[in-house]
This record gives sequence, structure tokens and C-alpha cells, in this order.
Amino acid sequence: MGLWPILKKTLLLSMRIIPFLISLLLTAGLIYFLDNQWGKIPPLGKFLSPQHGFWQNAEPVDKNFSGELSLPGLKDRASVYLDQYLIPHVYSKSEADACYIQGYLHAKFRLWQMEFQTFAAAGRLSEILGPGDNDALVKYDRSMRRLGMVDAAQRALAKMEGDSVIKKDCDAYTSGVNDYIKSLKAGDLPLEYKLLNYQPEPWSNLKIALFVKYMAFDLAGADNDFEMTNAKSIFSKTDLAKLYPSAIDSADPIVPKGTNFLPPGFVPKAPPTADSLYFSNRDTLTATEMKPEKSNGSNNWAVSGSKTLSGRPILCNDPHLSTNLPAIWYQMQIRTDKYNVYGVSFPGAPYIVIGFNDSCAWGVTNAGRDVRDYYTIKFKDDTRREYWFDSAWKMADRRIDTIRIKGRPDYYDTVALTVFGPVMYDPTFNGFSNVTSSQSYAVHWKAVDSSNELGTFQAMQSATDYDDYKHALEHFRCPGQNFIFATKSGHIAIWQQGEFPAKWKGQGLYVMPGEDSSYMWQGSIRTEENPNMLDPDRGFVSSANQLPVDTSYPYFLGSDFPPYRGLIINRRLSQMHAITPSDMIKLQTDNYDVFAEMAKPLLLRNIDMSKLDEEGRKYLNIFKLWNLRNDTTEQGPVIFKYWWMHLQGEVYDDEFSKSSLPLMRPFESTLLEALLKDTSYSFIDNINTPEKETIGQVITQAFLKSVPDLIQANKDDKITWAKYKDTWARHLLRIPALSRTHLPIGGGTHCINAAKQFHGPSWRMIVQLTKKTEAYGIYPGGQSGNPGSPYYDTFVDKWAVGEYLPLWVMDMDEIKDKRIKWTMHLKPGDQ
Amino acid sequence: MKFVIITLLIALLSFLSGLYLPWWGFAVAAFLVSALIQQRPGLAFLAGFTALFLLWAGLSWSMDAPNNSILSKKIAEILPLDGSSVALILVTALVGALVGGLAALTGSYVHKRRSQYLEEEVV
Repeated sequence: MGLWPILKKTLLLSMRIIPFLISLLLTAGLIYFLDNQWGKIPPLGKFLSPQHGFWQNAEPVDKNFSGELSLPGLKDRASVYLDQYLIPHVYSKSEADACYIQGYLHAKFRLWQMEFQTFAAAGRLSEILGPGDNDALVKYDRSMRRLGMVDAAQRALAKMEGDSVIKKDCDAYTSGVNDYIKSLKAGDLPLEYKLLNYQPEPWSNLKIALFVKYMAFDLAGADNDFEMTNAKSIFSKTDLAKLYPSAIDSADPIVPKGTNFLPPGFVPKAPPTADSLYFSNRDTLTATEMKPEKSNGSNNWAVSGSKTLSGRPILCNDPHLSTNLPAIWYQMQIRTDKYNVYGVSFPGAPYIVIGFNDSCAWGVTNAGRDVRDYYTIKFKDDTRREYWFDSAWKMADRRIDTIRIKGRPDYYDTVALTVFGPVMYDPTFNGFSNVTSSQSYAVHWKAVDSSNELGTFQAMQSATDYDDYKHALEHFRCPGQNFIFATKSGHIAIWQQGEFPAKWKGQGLYVMPGEDSSYMWQGSIRTEENPNMLDPDRGFVSSANQLPVDTSYPYFLGSDFPPYRGLIINRRLSQMHAITPSDMIKLQTDNYDVFAEMAKPLLLRNIDMSKLDEEGRKYLNIFKLWNLRNDTTEQGPVIFKYWWMHLQGEVYDDEFSKSSLPLMRPFESTLLEALLKDTSYSFIDNINTPEKETIGQVITQAFLKSVPDLIQANKDDKITWAKYKDTWARHLLRIPALSRTHLPIGGGTHCINAAKQFHGPSWRMIVQLTKKTEAYGIYPGGQSGNPGSPYYDTFVDKWAVGEYLPLWVMDMDEIKDKRIKWTMHLKPGDQ
Repeated sequence: MKFVIITLLIALLSFLSGLYLPWWGFAVAAFLVSALIQQRPGLAFLAGFTALFLLWAGLSWSMDAPNNSILSKKIAEILPLDGSSVALILVTALVGALVGGLAALTGSYVHKRRSQYLEEEVV
């Protein structure tokens, strides 16, 4: 054979192989491209594939949820009746089976959310979301890890598992979740896993504990220690007292003024160096803290039969949390041989958290007590191995946290652990600040102590009387809550429950010296000294995050307690008689603004009309005629909002803008009370001008500055309150398409209807404790967490306009009721 | 006729692969059908393209309709397709069709190579 045929064959072959190879490469390349995530775009092939991707989450609107299921973790037969709102009415023999089914249902309808929340709790968001803009998510994760969230959960878990009932229930709950996860095929994964391209992990009891600690962070993870420390370095003692008063005149505490308290079981003593090393210390700090939503709060109240038409107590509760989708709450009825309970549960934990049973009802608001303090740590050198404590160098323990970051190598964070707690900020980590810290600060936080909060909710399910309620509360340490309670036998009660440190006056207001033990918490307040009331003569108990007690209470409480909702609730309740549940619905959705009621005359008294042009007079006139209600179409609240904002600027900007340190502006109530009390409040004067400004000048100037804002708002169609405020039920990933935007709802920060932009009444509940319970409720969400389900946002529109749905406690003989749309028959199975 | 049969065969096998294999399983199906049944490369591409276009459009439409487009409208905002369910179905179908077409095209070259070898041996 010559050279030519070989060449010819090769040539022919390559003419065939080359197009094959090109085509193969193109196909493989395209598949590779579509199988991978690029930036925020999910793997498009997997995501769009009708048999694998998001189309599988397009739930038929008439989906049939009925069926017979064989579940390995179940002990006895059980049934789940789903009503027209997809609310399950669970019938099981034992409590453990009820917990198993609850876990199964939470996972079936809310799996992504419950797992995502535990990732947020454990400081693992970068793992699924990437580092975030400016590494914000890495900073978030480091903050959660440093704070000790995982340690806290592990300690709580040990305590929970030490209680045989809780252990059994949590085990059952966890296996319910896991049995559901095991039954999932790739196509069945919740939408968000497909968007973010990851898989669920097995559930565990630790994740339950992490969720509980996440609530502790959300409700007891706030303090202003850094901002206050900086303020102390800038302002004189007199000014500090004017800017951050420890009590306010208009406060109407949870336990009425004049109540006698038990003599203190423990008297904390300020260290001898407090004046020199603490109160007069002028150190500054630069750390920018991660804080939970500032307005996490709530309302609750219960009235006795003497004030109701039925002669029976009515209990109401509306916890104010982020208005997320999927909603933070999941509604259900659970009936076992021992109890029959209805209410809302947290996807991620067993039991009903707020609700009622056949004998009583209960609800919670946040106590808002300061249980997180900081200490300055003096390290020997940059290795931060030894710190100065009790006149010697003491070895610090260390922990290395591995933070996984999607699309990046792992990040290792070395955290020094001191006798006070973990070092939160140091030269390697300064929170969200862009400035490097030269100092180190350790955090001491109540929530990391071991406790068994779930024990409270477990016991409340079958509580029948006041004693049961008191026993149930004993488990509850942190986050401090105002537990409200009412029984069918006619009692009403409230306890501010938690284990609170007994602090000397001013302790923990600022960052404290950490060179010895003298500034540590010295002891806890005895439970029986916690503020409480049982069947008071006034016929009602209530709380709305206000100061719990007057100044005769023997312990220091700090000062971050919003006064206005409590004020209006108590005023209304005092005036009401022959109350019905529909009166309570009106009260719970009341948009009256008591802060504006107090501020409006002050503003009108002091404005100089001659300075206003035509536009200004127009808006002032609208404000004058405003009925003080933050209703959806009112313009008054928008005018007031701008006016007050500019007034705060006029009064405080000159002093505060002199410093670049993190500072906290005085509360709205502080400025209002100051101006009401003293028309020559010293901060009115602008320190940058030679003249001495008057209250009339600043109020007029603030209004003049508001006018252009109002003209602009009018142009943008944001001059009416609901449009200006723009309330959302926002998806946890903050994706607008998965959120419900621009909801027509009034109210606001100082109203009972505390609906703000992304935050508000997350569950409204009204329970009349008549022989047959009459209850109503609504939350801004839906029972399904699937954005492709018609049950994703079922309740949102009703919630926005203040409508409620009757809470139907289904009886055994109502199985055939037309409200029941589907039945799941569950039987024990062996895989 | 042959084209129609090949197209239907690719669609059928692609659907079956979707039940058991990862999302790209249909590419294997399109490749195999096209490698085993002789067709010109252009026609092979068209068969794979058409098969997957129809299959994915049909499947996604069959899930979108009973859902009243609740989800597709949301996804079509995220992607972003201006909230149009129809556009989302078309994009879905197009993605499947491109992969299906290319896989079938690749398969057709395997076949052609083999047939040309045969030709040569006969000569």
C-alpha cells in the first residue's frame, strides 16, 4: 500500500470525525452549561426540565391531598383532616404520634423554610447563598457563630433531651420530618432548593434546638451597648440623661403603677470602681452590630367576664414579627387522648406555641429585657491567647469555626473564649463596620445558658388551670415573654416570664470593664418576683412590650420599651364594656395613633403660619383636619411622618453629626416628652449657629423641609399612608416575584395594628372562652410554603383588610362536615 | 414518514428517560435513536429539536394549565420574561429542543461514519 491511500483514508476519516467531535463537544458543552449554576441563575436545564425542575412545583389548583399513607415512625393509626384552608385537624392516640405527624406535615408543607431558618440560626447562610454583597453573609455567619448560637443550641438540646417527654416528642417530630424527606424524589423538592441548587439535609433534634435559639436571638438578641458607650464618650452626664432617659412620664406599665413588689431576694451591688472605670469612662468603639428587627414586639390582652357580653373571658394576641412568606406560623388543631389544642406552631419545632385548648387560652409578647452585655478584654498580644483577668494572665480557650462559602474556599474563624463568653469583636472581626477594631469585646448572653423552653409549650397543650400555667412557665428562661392566660373557669393572668439577671442601676447599659469579675452578673431575679397579675380588679391584663413595672421595682431594667401601644390598649380596655369578639377584632386592627395624638397639638401650637407658602398651607390644613388614624387613604400620617423626621433632624443633627461613631438617636418618645415638658429643651439650639433657636423655629423649619418631600411623594403617588408605607408579605429570599407586595393595610409602629413595611401582626388571634370556644384568627401567609400552590398566600388579602376567619375546633362527629376537603389516613408501616 | 417516526421515538424515549435519569437523560435517547436509524445530519437535528420542543412544551403546558399559571407567572418574573407564562413555556421548550437537536446531530455522525466505512469496503 502506498502513502496516498493511507493519507486518503485519514483525510476521509477526519472529515467524518471532525463534525462528530464538534457536534459532541457542542452538545456536551451545552449540557454542562445548563447543568451548572452561573451567578444567581439556577442550572437552567435542571430548573426548566418539566420532569425535574420548577414545573413540578406547579401544584394543580384542585390537587387532591387525600390518601392512605404507611409511615414507619407511627405507633398507632391516625388521621389528618384538611379543611378548605389546608389547615390540618390531626387526630392521634398519643402525644408522640401527634409530634411525629406535626413534623411530617411541617416538612410536607414548609420544608425549605424550616431548614433555611436553622441555617440562618447556625450561621450557615454563605453555604447556600454565597458570600453576599461586600461579604455581608459571611459577616452574618461569623456573627451568629461568634455569638455562640450553635453552642447555645447544643446546650439546650442536652437539657431538652434530659426531659424524657420532650426527648420522646422531639425524636418523634424529627423522624416525622425525616420520613417525609426520605419520600421525596428530586422533582418533589421545594422550589427554593431548585432556585438555589442544593439539597435538604436530614433533620435532627439539634435543628429543633437551633430554631428555638433563633427565636431567642430574634427576641432577646438586641442591645444598644456599643452606641450607648459611644454616646457616653461624647455627651455630658446631663445630656445623656436628656437623650436617653431611663423612664418616661407617659408610661403605663404592664403591672400598674403603685403595685407592691416582694422585697428583693437578691440585691446586686455596683462595683466600687463603677464611677471611675465605667460611668466616667470615655472609650469609644467602632463595631457595627448585627441586630434583629428592632420592632419585634407584640400585643396581648385578656379581659375577665365582668367586661364581656358573654360573661366569659376573651383573650387576644398578635405577635409582631417579620411578615415573611412562607409565613413564620403554621396553623393546626391537634387532638390526642389527653388534649385538644388549636393554634399556631413554628415549622421547625413541635407543639402549639400560641393557641387554646378545651380549658384555656394563652399568648405571648416580647419582654424586651436586656440580657446581652459586652466586656472589654485586654489581651496580652495579637495571638489573643491570654487575657488579663483578676490580676493575672489567663489562658483563653479557642474555637475554630469553619464557614463554608458557596463558590469559595472555606473560611476559618478563630474565636477566643473568655470567662464572660466568646469574643464577639476583635481586630479580625468588627461586625458590619468597615473600620478595624483595635480592641476586643466578649459577649455575655442569657440565651446560651441551657434551658428547655419547649417544655412550656408541651405543658400548655394540656393545661387546665392557673396552676398548670404557672408550672408550664417554669421551663421558660429566654427569650423573656409576657405570657397571657385566660380560662373557661373565668380567670385571667399575665406573667413576665424568663430568667432575668438582677442588675445594679446602669449595669450593662454600656460596654463594661472585663479585667476582673466585678462587673459580671451577680445573680438572677427569683421567678416569683417577675411582674405578674392574676384577676385584677380592673378586669383586664395586657402587654405591648412597654416597661413592665414602675420605678419602685427593685431591679434595673434598661430603657428600651416602646410606650404607645400599651397606652392605647389600656385606655381602650378601661373604657370598654359588654365586649364581644367583634369588638376585639376592631381593637386589634385599630389604626389610631396615640403618639400623633400627643404630638399634633404640640406641632400646631408652635408652627409659624406666616412662613408657609400655598403648598405648605395646603398640607398643613390636611394635617390639621387629620383624625389621627393611620388608615390606608389618609394623608395625615405621611405629613406627620416627614414632619417628625425633619424635626428630629433639626433638633439632633447638629450634635450627632459631629461624630462618625455608631450612635443611636433618641427614641421618638424621648423627643416628644422632652418638648412637651420643656419648650426650651437644650438640644433645640443649633450649636452651629450663633443665634439660639426656639421651639417654634425648629418646628416650622422641619415643616418647611417636609413640603418638598410631600410634593415629591404626591408626584410618586405615595402621599396616602398605605402607598407610602408599602407593606409586603416578603419571601425569605427577598425575591419580589415570590412576595405579596403593596398590600392595602394601615396602622404602623405606634398603632395597635402595628403593620410596617416588612413587619407586623404575624398572627392575630381572638379567643372567647365560652362553653363552646369562639375563636378567630388570621395570619399574613398561607398554609402551603410552595409559591406554586394556591394555598401559598390564602390569608394575605383578608389579613390586610382586617378580616378574620373563624378558628374551627373540629369535633369527632364533624368528620363529614363540608369544610373538610381531604383526609389523610395514616397507619404505622415498616418502610 | 421516517422523520415523523424518528421524532416520535425520540420524544417517547426522552419522556421515559425523564422518569429515571437526570434531566439530561433525553440527550442520550436522542443520540441513540439518531445513531441507530439513518438520517441526514440536518434532518436528525430537526428531529431531535422538534421532539424535545414538542415534549417539553407539551409537558410544561400540561402542568401550567391545571395550576392556572400561578407559578409560571412568578418564575417568568424572576428569569425575567415579563411575567409571561407563554414565553416561559417557549423558553423551556427551546432549551430542551437545542440539547435534543444537538444530541441527535451528534448521533447522526456516528451513523454516517459507519455507513461510509461499509461503502468503502464494498468498493
